[in-house]
Amino acid sequence: MFMSEIKIDGVQAIINANKHLEGALLPILHGLQDQYGYIPEVAYQPITEALAITLADLKGVISFYHFFRTTPPAKHVIQVCRAEACQAMGGRQLEAHAKQKLGVDWHGKTLDQQFQLEQVFCLGNCACAPAVRVGDEVIGRVSPERFDALLEELQTEVVEVKL
Amino acid sequence: MSRIFISLDTTSNSLGANELAAWFARNHADVDVVRTGSRGMFWLEPMVEVETANGRVAYGPLSTKELAEAVDQGLLQGSEQPSSYLGDIEQHPYFASQQRLTFGRVGLVNPMSVDSYIQHDGYQGLANAIVKGDQAIIDDVKASGLRGRGGAAFPTGIKWQTVADCAADQKYIVCNADEGDSGTFADRMLMEGDPLSLIEGMTIAGIAVGATKGYIYLREEYPQAYKILNAAINDAKAKNWLGDQIQGSAYSFDIEVRLGAQAYICGEETSLLNSLEGKRGEVRAKPPLPAIEGFLGKPTVVNNVISLASVPTILAKGGDYYESFGMGRSKGTMTFQLAGNLKQTGLVELAFGITLKELLTTYADGSYSGRPLKAVQVGGPLGAYLPESQWDTPMDYESFMAIDAMVGHGGIVAFDDTVDMGEQARFSMEFCVAESCGKCTPCRIGSTRGVEVIDKIRSGDNPDQNKELLADLCDTMFYGSLCAMGGMTPYPVRSAMNHFEADFDKKEVH
Ligand SMILES: Cc1cc2nc3c(=O)[nH]c(=O)nc-3n(C[C@H](O)[C@H](O)[C@H](O)COP(=O)(O)O)c2cc1C
Ligand code: SF4
Ligand code: FES
Repeated sequence: MFMSEIKIDGVQAIINANKHLEGALLPILHGLQDQYGYIPEVAYQPITEALAITLADLKGVISFYHFFRTTPPAKHVIQVCRAEACQAMGGRQLEAHAKQKLGVDWHGKTLDQQFQLEQVFCLGNCACAPAVRVGDEVIGRVSPERFDALLEELQTEVVEVKL
Repeated sequence: MSRIFISLDTTSNSLGANELAAWFARNHADVDVVRTGSRGMFWLEPMVEVETANGRVAYGPLSTKELAEAVDQGLLQGSEQPSSYLGDIEQHPYFASQQRLTFGRVGLVNPMSVDSYIQHDGYQGLANAIVKGDQAIIDDVKASGLRGRGGAAFPTGIKWQTVADCAADQKYIVCNADEGDSGTFADRMLMEGDPLSLIEGMTIAGIAVGATKGYIYLREEYPQAYKILNAAINDAKAKNWLGDQIQGSAYSFDIEVRLGAQAYICGEETSLLNSLEGKRGEVRAKPPLPAIEGFLGKPTVVNNVISLASVPTILAKGGDYYESFGMGRSKGTMTFQLAGNLKQTGLVELAFGITLKELLTTYADGSYSGRPLKAVQVGGPLGAYLPESQWDTPMDYESFMAIDAMVGHGGIVAFDDTVDMGEQARFSMEFCVAESCGKCTPCRIGSTRGVEVIDKIRSGDNPDQNKELLADLCDTMFYGSLCAMGGMTPYPVRSAMNHFEADFDKKEVH
């Protein structure tokens, strides 16, 4: 789970741990998003100072990449593959089902902040398409029924954490 | 104690391999479970291989319930009784007929162990390379005829020579592990199943050109490969196969893994280098070539995972050996990846020259759905859609170029007859809208216009005129784009139009 509280010390520690690297910016952004789930705005100034880049440079990089976010994500981010091998196995139907089931479009979050739907172009799981990824887990042969079961599994996990 | 092997490959796990391993941990803690890469026969995953006095015996595909039954029936003794019994998987025709030069160890070794790698003949190439020295290594790679497996098929030896001939205080080896093409997973399987062959290949490249630092630019979408690569690198460092004065030689080399951030264009080598430098992944104009001015302006080898992982075999067995496989100017083996609507999906490593039809029938055994196949996209999202009349084309770079198609990274995505090729063409344009780096107008704006024009054609709005417009637009993108993203998006679009024009007609609603 992501850290919900953002302290400037924590941000600075991530920057300091990476700033000596050649091409340090992406490792820093990954470090921040791993920790907090997104790139918090309080990190902008310390990053630009550490790397001697402008705010425009930084924002340009963050916005270039689909992966980086500047707002907190929902509890579970569900990535549905939209690429060709998945299309060949019913991926378009799965996309439609996922949107309808969650009541959101791409990048949308459910009202209860439990789920967020993201598109992804290929997970390298093209041999057992269609594919879905949640966190570091990739799931294959995802029928609409399997998708619904996945949502249930994720929700039960939530309950377990609370107990 | 019984020893069994279960794949830790992403696709095997996506079908339940982790659950099988967990089942053993819960119910048979006495069994030694070794996690390996996958054999690449995914319709049989998740699979369990059992070590017996007569070699390995395989079972699959297995659910945990079936596994429990199979163990009761003697799976751990290699019994033939369980219905999932497959016998020696290497005797399976799908596997036995392959020529696994680069994937020889995948499925056999513990990918995170140098000891296991060396037991299976690993590091022989590097040992030879240390003795041979720079120019002799490059001569071997030239003699092998190896051409880059990332898509552009540029001769690897010539690229290395260019970097070697540059005088510079620092040079780099950058491995392109962005593998963004839909339908491809060979890089992933190799990095998860035998990452040390990539690490060895990069180290050899470093010695050849005089580079001491390597980066693996890995797509963020591959979290499992990230973990395994790092574990393998750490073991190699601990055993002095990476680091200072490798195995007591004069050569030093280090590798770091860097993650991308979900941008298809970062697979293009100059965009990749910008990304690695911490910039927007915009494509650079060439020249200068990355070989001369690459990462941080220094001479840099950029090679695909499979290109680099093919090098240890070349150094261990000789350039001539590798060159004896293949046809024409396409030498060695290609790792074909069978994906999409196919029954027997997986990885097939074979010498160039097999036809697409043989791959679709002999290996894949037809469609997954049981319906007739209609179109096959080869070479990723920028590759052409091929109708059945072209499936006899031999899979080699030149033959494919002759039909306006490309082998690319070897991905083969099959569609059955329910596919709507108008929709596929629209997606190709939509993908270009989403993934264009934005640097040139034909790609950035042209793709948006492309989506609109295809929508008009498909809704019956002046279809003839709009088809002409689409053809013009494809020409503009083809001739006016800086890189293959905008330049080759016309391939799938045009091929869909040329071979499946009826699919672009307005759908009659009954
Ligand atoms: C849009 C685009 C995407 C590419 N994606 C990849 C990729 O994911 N992996 C790769 O190895 N090469 C990719 N390439 C090719 C690289 O630019 C480059 O040719 C390759 O990394 C060189 O290595 P090789 O000679 O070993 O193939 C791509 C090219 C373009 C134009
Ligand atoms: S063709 Fe597209 S991706 Fe390539 S440089 Fe131009 S805008 Fe960027
Ligand atoms: S196309 Fe969906 S996983 Fe590759």
